[in-house]
Amino acid sequence: MANSPELATDKLQLAKSLVDFLEAGNDQDAVSVIAELAGFRDSVLFQEVGRLTRELHDSINGFVMDAKFADIAQNEMPNAAERLRYVIATTEQAANTTLGAVEESLPLADSLRSDARHLADQWAKFKSRQLTVEDFRDLSAELSEFLTVTQANTEALHERLSDVLLAQGYQDLTGQVIRKVIDLVNDVEGKLVELVRLSGHRSKPATEPTGKEKDISAQGPAVPGVDKGDVVHGQDDVDDLLSSLGF
Amino acid sequence: MNKNMKILIVDDFSTMRRIIKNLLRDLGFTNTQEADDGTTALPMLQSGNFDFLITDWNMPGMQGIDLLKAVRADDRLKGIPVLMVTAESKREQIVEAAQAGVNGYVVKPFTAGTLEEKINKIFERVAA
Repeated sequence: MANSPELATDKLQLAKSLVDFLEAGNDQDAVSVIAELAGFRDSVLFQEVGRLTRELHDSINGFVMDAKFADIAQNEMPNAAERLRYVIATTEQAANTTLGAVEESLPLADSLRSDARHLADQWAKFKSRQLTVEDFRDLSAELSEFLTVTQANTEALHERLSDVLLAQGYQDLTGQVIRKVIDLVNDVEGKLVELVRLSGHRSKPATEPTGKEKDISAQGPAVPGVDKGDVVHGQDDVDDLLSSLGF
Repeated sequence: MNKNMKILIVDDFSTMRRIIKNLLRDLGFTNTQEADDGTTALPMLQSGNFDFLITDWNMPGMQGIDLLKAVRADDRLKGIPVLMVTAESKREQIVEAAQAGVNGYVVKPFTAGTLEEKINKIFERVAA
């Protein structure tokens, strides 16, 4: 740009007229020619600065306008907080279910153990013929009582253990949600690296296509406050929907 | 219902596979195998004479919905009952699964009762 042939001819022309003016002692015209020559340099400089400014501006604009970036700032970050809150709530619920089941189970197991110990003692006495007929009648009643209680207690224990088993589903549910947050963190990291590159030496922002997720693509568990779309609430909703489809 | 039927449980989380396996054992089904996504499940189904498939939806590799479609597209497998047990709860997804030929759909978190009820329903229908 600075060395275009036209510009060079113009400059040469001006330089020659400057010599002419100086030789003729025409100081006034000579000064104005010098000013004009200096103007060339300034305008080239301004143009270059202008070009750099525009490029930087475009790069930054392109970066900010990158839909994915805006989406991260406006939606993904707040959603990530909601998702993590869901993880806390879900793990808390699972822990409480498990602790509750354990607290209810321990006394059941303890009472079985102490009843069995008492009966074992009595039984040992019976075998060594230390029991009176009266004592034996009591032992017999206690034994039949124990068998009934054992059935009920083990059934209750089984139920509590099943609750504990099902409560472990939290690991799957929260795992899916945490994976999404990890994806976001990776995304943000990528964007930050891009920002650093941009401020270091100007680079073209990556313009990835960012279309919304396909409607049936896997979303993981619906997180309250994040997934406000057309989501079913619990098994009854699923059953209603399926029966409306002829299931 | 044949309690000896061979069941494949597909879920990428091993904890969930264990939960389902234990619930099935509680219901009397002990002949179960596991796979961690559709890609590993499909060859198992093709060579394993399975009677029933229980699958998650959201898995790396091949997703449950694609596994379901692959099963229905395979002449030797297309008759196998499929129960989906998943956290995916959008209406479009449930409709999609129904159209792809799912036999039952259970949303996580679920109860032991729900699982039993859906399995019973599926095999009542299959028998009818």
